[in-house]
Amino acid sequence: MTATPATAANGGGPQNTGAPTRLAAMKVSKVGDRVFLGLSTGAAWLIMVILAGVAIFLIIQAAPTIGANWLQNTALQDRTSGFTLGYANFWAYVSPLLFGTIWASFLALLLGAPVAIGIALFISHYAPRRAAGILGYLVDLLAAVPSVVFGLWGIVVIRPFLGPLNDFLNTNFGWIPLFGGSVAQGGSTLLAGAIVLAVMILPIITSISREIFLQTPSLHEEAALALGATRWEMIRLAVLPYARSGIISSVLLGLGRALGETMAIAMIVSPKLIFSFQLLTNDNPTTIAANIANQFGGANLTQANALIATGLLLFVVSFAVNFVARWVVGRASTGPRRRRIPTRKASR
Amino acid sequence: MTTQAQTNYSPSAQRTLTTGRLPRFIEVWVAVAAIAAGALVFAGFGHLDYVAGWLVLGAFLYLVAIGILASIVEGRRRATDRFVRSLVFVAFLLAIIPLVSTLWTVVSHGITTLTPQFIFNPEKAQFDRATSETKLVAGVWPAIVGTLVITGIAAVISIPIGLLAAVWLTEYALPGNPVRRIVTFLVDVMTGIPSIVAGLFAFALFTLLVGPGTFNGLSAAIALCVLMIPTMVRASEEMLKLVPLELREAAYALGVSKWRTIVKVVLRTSVAGLVTGGMLAVARVIGETAPIYIAAGYTRTAFNADPLHGAMSTLAVVSYRNYIDPDPTQPAVTQAEAWGSALILIIIVVILNLIARVVAARFAPKARR
Repeated sequence: MTATPATAANGGGPQNTGAPTRLAAMKVSKVGDRVFLGLSTGAAWLIMVILAGVAIFLIIQAAPTIGANWLQNTALQDRTSGFTLGYANFWAYVSPLLFGTIWASFLALLLGAPVAIGIALFISHYAPRRAAGILGYLVDLLAAVPSVVFGLWGIVVIRPFLGPLNDFLNTNFGWIPLFGGSVAQGGSTLLAGAIVLAVMILPIITSISREIFLQTPSLHEEAALALGATRWEMIRLAVLPYARSGIISSVLLGLGRALGETMAIAMIVSPKLIFSFQLLTNDNPTTIAANIANQFGGANLTQANALIATGLLLFVVSFAVNFVARWVVGRASTGPRRRRIPTRKASR
Repeated sequence: MTTQAQTNYSPSAQRTLTTGRLPRFIEVWVAVAAIAAGALVFAGFGHLDYVAGWLVLGAFLYLVAIGILASIVEGRRRATDRFVRSLVFVAFLLAIIPLVSTLWTVVSHGITTLTPQFIFNPEKAQFDRATSETKLVAGVWPAIVGTLVITGIAAVISIPIGLLAAVWLTEYALPGNPVRRIVTFLVDVMTGIPSIVAGLFAFALFTLLVGPGTFNGLSAAIALCVLMIPTMVRASEEMLKLVPLELREAAYALGVSKWRTIVKVVLRTSVAGLVTGGMLAVARVIGETAPIYIAAGYTRTAFNADPLHGAMSTLAVVSYRNYIDPDPTQPAVTQAEAWGSALILIIIVVILNLIARVVAARFAPKARR
């Protein structure tokens, strides 16, 4: 009985390691135990195998086109489905796509992240406590809407909605390169795509930063309020410093989602393989994922390999972003938070 | 001298506790006025029909007005507080508007297509005797069957694997176990795999195993598994962690073996949370478009319920393909299928989410006791 609070309090402390091993060692002798242990261990290892498998199979399929000279490959210079026509090699083909992926995700983050963090603050610190659960559920529902529905919505709602705004920005602020060029009449602009993309990444950023905001030690908040801080000053003094790394990683996870999101760009934006910062024209850079979705149906096998190679690059990029995000989260949860818990106990 | 200096120096600091406050419902009045002003501006330009435009302008004017009013009456600190409060509320509205607008758009476009004939008719090609032509009839039954088969296979594979992996992480692996840390980390990273990459993986796998250009339902199910397993592991790991340690210790003290403790005590206690997690994992992948399009292809006419052979359609893919690549001879049919399948998909997803909510709400408190 005395061991229970100690293990619960320490979590991964040294006392905890002894008891489960001994129990496990005593009980594993039975056949049922062995089978169950084997099954669950196998499932855990299987996850690593699957992840490795994703990388390996993509590499096997992508390898022939990554190093090759595309101009000498007849399948890649095929004129009937010529989306790879005229590109000297893989890097020449993928670099505008990579640019488009990063540019579109950056725009989506720019539009979405502040709003998402605002929502998280609203739900965690402003909304009445009874309503907070329902409001959080509404935002989660936004995450459940299938991406193809957002694509349709972008086409019939966001495109016409942005029409007048596009004209306004172009005539009055056309001297800024972002709003320059000739306005796309159909409205299939990168701006429309980025706005839908921003809506799609809202829920993930909101839900993670909301969790972190709620974890702020209430003693810190109460101390700030007791010193006469207004609610915003309390948030600035107690909540935001505590949640900084959590906010960063939630934004990075949102970036990871934006990098891989296909439908918003594939359905809404008219694509071209170019480097362009203009937001309001018909000639927009497209993303790796959208390009795969658009071209895969008509691709021959070698072209499919080329598309898989671009997908491999997307995998690497989003893996790296997620890796950094999780690393920041992990560092935050083992670093400052553990330092805070004892001070909180001591003050009691 | 000193009193005079004080009154000259800091009149505002002295009055902070008793300083003027704006009337109670000022925010509502300012909001109404700001939106009206926004409407007036747009009416002045002759674009009163551009409702969304004047709402956005109204929100902007409201933020400016409340900031200025509060800083005049209440001082800088309270003004900042009020401004941030309004800003955060506007941010929340900005998220609710797309949700409502999306649902409304799909319902209003799709509701007219939903007839029993549209939903349940498997025959998509209809022979017209009068003109002796074969015509395409709008119908999503093949897509519904395809969605259920593909998602069903994915769920049958992923849910046990995810659950067992979560059991290993919480019940067997010790906190310091390096494999455990790696698996936890990889699961987290795996939740961020772009869905289209999962589709490419399935395509590459089946190209190497079966032959080039293999499109079938099983391949799509494998792609969905890659997306579903990490979600399932995370969800069930959270639930298993909630089971109190005392319950396990009590079972061990009674001489129950470890696997029976897990099955009869740990899983039994957290069953509601596990069901919820499974439902949400299914709801997450059922609306996927890109991986299924890449792995299972797309067929406009054929009814295919066999996951091992031939292209298979799902609701999301039917919606995507019909909108992007409409049949020029029968645009009405393709439009109806695009919106109808999107609406059915949304209905399925919302129902799954609601069931998950209800299960969690109804069984969770009992289980925690």
